[in-house]
Amino acid sequence: MIAIIDYGVGNLESVYKALESLNFESKITRNVEDINNADAIILPGVGAFKDAIENLRNMNLVNPLMENIKKGKPLLGICLGMQLLYEESLEDGKWKGLGFLKGSVVKFKGVVKIPHMGWNNLNVLKKDNITKYINENDYVYFVHSYYAKGEYNDLIATTDYKVDVPAIVRKGNVIGMQFHPEKSGKVGLSLLKAFGEMIK
Amino acid sequence: MITKRIIPCLDVRNGRVVKGTKFKDIKDVGDPVELAKYYNDQGADELVFYDITASYEDRDIFLDVVKDTAKEVFIPFSVGGGIKSIEDFTKILRAGADKVSINSQAVKNPDLIKKAASKFGSQCVVLSIDAKKVKDSYNVFINGGRKDTGLDVFKWAKKGVNLGAGEIVINSINTDGVKKGYDSDLINKLSNIVNVPIIASGGAGEAKDFLDVFKNAKADAALAASVFHFKEIKIPDLKKYLNDNGINMRRND
Repeated sequence: MIAIIDYGVGNLESVYKALESLNFESKITRNVEDINNADAIILPGVGAFKDAIENLRNMNLVNPLMENIKKGKPLLGICLGMQLLYEESLEDGKWKGLGFLKGSVVKFKGVVKIPHMGWNNLNVLKKDNITKYINENDYVYFVHSYYAKGEYNDLIATTDYKVDVPAIVRKGNVIGMQFHPEKSGKVGLSLLKAFGEMIK
Repeated sequence: MITKRIIPCLDVRNGRVVKGTKFKDIKDVGDPVELAKYYNDQGADELVFYDITASYEDRDIFLDVVKDTAKEVFIPFSVGGGIKSIEDFTKILRAGADKVSINSQAVKNPDLIKKAASKFGSQCVVLSIDAKKVKDSYNVFINGGRKDTGLDVFKWAKKGVNLGAGEIVINSINTDGVKKGYDSDLINKLSNIVNVPIIASGGAGEAKDFLDVFKNAKADAALAASVFHFKEIKIPDLKKYLNDNGINMRRND
């Protein structure tokens, strides 16, 4: 079972429905027991960083997430859920994140439209199981105003929006996707399939 | 590189997709979920559903359409028509839509933009503006294009973005249904004024209209209904044509 963490923000239903269409069993939950029993965890996310991290803390979900990651359980952070994995975010202030990945989340600057909204292509930098079903340059759907500035070693794929935006990152069993795989058509479903198959 | 988007628009009445001119000559186009799946397979980048009855009883039928679509179509879609409150936003987003577009109610109550943006994020608040040329200026019209608010389109768009709208649909009443091309002057001017994605609406008749609105008016996305519904333009052909003319497109053929 894949636990989709319900922490009061985000479009959880579409993640659930995408997994359902791939025949992966999942559960939308904020229950620690469910998280401990799950084979994998998805941290979805739409909304503001501050609210999201505060909700996770207030619901006492931070420690259970930490412990399950330490056990080696696959975790996928989607969009804001990926940003939460970093040390800090500069979205409307300065907020401490979960710190699984080194780096901070910053706003787009310069002559680009904000949010970065629409279909953009992936530049796959590193061979990884998570990208095994997709092609180099496949398009995925992004909606975000902030992006992660992290370590080069964690990058699996980037996308170009005047800056190289980390699109897929991975550190061991922790994976982040800045775009929405659940809204990226066949390509997105292929990525979720690869994630689901990481369950041992 | 980010692509321009092609967005079919589905007007839904009593659970069916229909197409007509100003509520007259309404033709049945098909089942919304089937049509959504068809457009997804054709390579549509996004979908828009408009609830064109929005009466109380029909509301639930419409929400079921949204739910059924979200079960089977895994691309973004937005919903508009008769949205009046934060509760309406919540219902629609819970049903599986990604964005909600507001029009008349945003004019009557601009605070709704702000409240919705802070609760759900700017990315799901789409400000839809019906614009019509009145003498030398473009005015904002509401209530399905029947009422002139006297508001200047560009000032209103700016205000909407400042309040938190993450995207603007600009529908030109002058060109809507005429099929002689999008209102490029209007859209170009708007593109230069606001820094959020612009979706052009109203007037698509042939492939070169899309090229014009992307190339000359700098629209980020183009919305159309009847040319797609009646198969006058097929999305794969359109995308190939645009691609051949230097517009970056996501293609699945």
